[in-house]
Amino acid sequence: MTEPQPPRSDRSPWNWLLVVPIVVPLLTFLFNHDEPRIGGFPLFYWLQFAFILLGVTTTTIVYQMTKRSRS
Amino acid sequence: MSDHVVEIAVFTFLFLLVSVMGFVAAKWRAPKDMAHLDEWGLGGRSFGGWVTWFLVGGDLYTAYTFVAVPALIFGAGAAGFFAVPYTVVIYPLFFLILIRLWSVSHRHGFVTPADFVRSRFESPTLALVIAITGIVATMPYIALQLVGIEAVLKTMGVTGESTIARHAPIIVAFAILAAYTYQSGLRAPALIAFVKDTLIYIVIIVAVLWLPYKLGGWGAIFDAADAKFQASPAPNDGIILNANNQVQYFTLALGSALALFLYPHSITGVLASRNRDVIKRNMSALPAYSLLLGLIALLGYMAIAAGVKPLPGNKPGSVDSNTVVPLLFDQQFPSWFTGVAFAAIGIGALVPAAIMSIAAANLFTRNIYKEYLRKDATPAQEANVAKITSLVVKVGAVACIVFLDPQFSIDLQLIGGVIILQTAPAVVIGLYTRWLHRGALIAGWAAGMSLGFWMLWQIPNAATGRLHFGGSAFPLSEFGFDTQKTIYVGFVAVLVNALVAVLVTVALRAAKTPEGTDGTAPDDYFADEGDPRVKPVDVV
Repeated sequence: MTEPQPPRSDRSPWNWLLVVPIVVPLLTFLFNHDEPRIGGFPLFYWLQFAFILLGVTTTTIVYQMTKRSRS
Repeated sequence: MSDHVVEIAVFTFLFLLVSVMGFVAAKWRAPKDMAHLDEWGLGGRSFGGWVTWFLVGGDLYTAYTFVAVPALIFGAGAAGFFAVPYTVVIYPLFFLILIRLWSVSHRHGFVTPADFVRSRFESPTLALVIAITGIVATMPYIALQLVGIEAVLKTMGVTGESTIARHAPIIVAFAILAAYTYQSGLRAPALIAFVKDTLIYIVIIVAVLWLPYKLGGWGAIFDAADAKFQASPAPNDGIILNANNQVQYFTLALGSALALFLYPHSITGVLASRNRDVIKRNMSALPAYSLLLGLIALLGYMAIAAGVKPLPGNKPGSVDSNTVVPLLFDQQFPSWFTGVAFAAIGIGALVPAAIMSIAAANLFTRNIYKEYLRKDATPAQEANVAKITSLVVKVGAVACIVFLDPQFSIDLQLIGGVIILQTAPAVVIGLYTRWLHRGALIAGWAAGMSLGFWMLWQIPNAATGRLHFGGSAFPLSEFGFDTQKTIYVGFVAVLVNALVAVLVTVALRAAKTPEGTDGTAPDDYFADEGDPRVKPVDVV
């Protein structure tokens, strides 16, 4: 472990955050309901649209946190 | 046909515009030497953030998707909305897994996923299996893009009596597409994707603002759909899922996501980007298309609320539900804007069709031609073979639509999704470890393929009266479970595939079967732009 150039890796605890947008959209019991509606949209639809936002947020966070520092 | 003159004129004008762009694309970011597969087949591996966004977006969200997903919602309701979770789940998967494929391909000059498998497991046979699976899965996908264009043409009244007359516009469109893909390679769809996506975004934004206003608001649209499904005798439709199709819903979403990123055309789009950063940033930006897709899906409910009746299908008594969205536009929009919307769908078919044919051509060239037919092929010869193969692939796709029942292509695409998933253990697990034995991967693939075919064969479709290949929802009661629940075929097949691969690996290890040597090094999976290539690309 005393090598001058440590081997590169893309391991990061932040990557675990990406499990959230992979698992949550597949849990049908969370969103398989009609009520409450928002703007006429049943929960089934607006919540799944919200999951898109969840995906964007988590990938953005992980990207920012795991960016390689460029010299 | 006379009622549609304005629509046809707008459609034709936009279509010709992108055709010109397709030919000009060869000069865009022009390389010193186009006669190399890295240039023709991967656009010089130089695409930045914006180009990649449009290219991959244009690639994954095809015309067929834009037509078929709302058609599914129109017919079955909530079950068709799987397209949204499917396209949410896919990006974190890309982010974690495909980035490694980009790095190792950048380092070694791989053009296809089969190139990677060949080097990783030192097995041309496994690479051949992956390549053939990719080509077979892609062909019907290209043919389906034509189904998307046909739905639009049918709505505009562009039909004829004879087979040839009916298909003449498609043959012309594909001939033009083939010509500019031949000349410009991946640069053509990359440039056209800008036009395609701009048109689609405009059309959908207008549609989701204007149509609910005309149809009495979103609440009224969902209520109209609910009323339709309440009245229908089908057990599994409705605006939300029921107890029996939830397993199908999430396995289909997950399975489709895995399948989509194994499709050769998605990988081609990703490998064409410049560096790891471009890909990672795109994984946060591409979900904009998922939002679009979700809204497009809901057009199916708008069509119900607007009382759209789909046009008759090819067989007497059947209906072509793919015409519901074109009909909705035709009914609700002024004719010039309908023309724009139809052009968006038509051009939307060209971008993925071009990328898919390039991806199939790359596979053939690298993993069949160079591997088995001509080992000493020069880069220029490779590029030439790929160009010719892309033509052959497109002729094949047109022939499928003209001479066979389009239903056949739809069946094949259904099968295609299941079979491409069977390459997952070799490609995806292979990116992390080469613990699985090359022989075991072939055995697993064979098991997954056989099981997948058998399951699809067992599924009837009550609505169309077909006994086999009636869908991808497999009743679990067939496995002896006492339940009405269904599951996605590809999901079961790939699990069995992985299980067989593990068991056979253990057996082959015990028998001390040679495993070959790994052509890649651990550090290759993190390589980035600027890192030296293992084999320098000989640009003249």
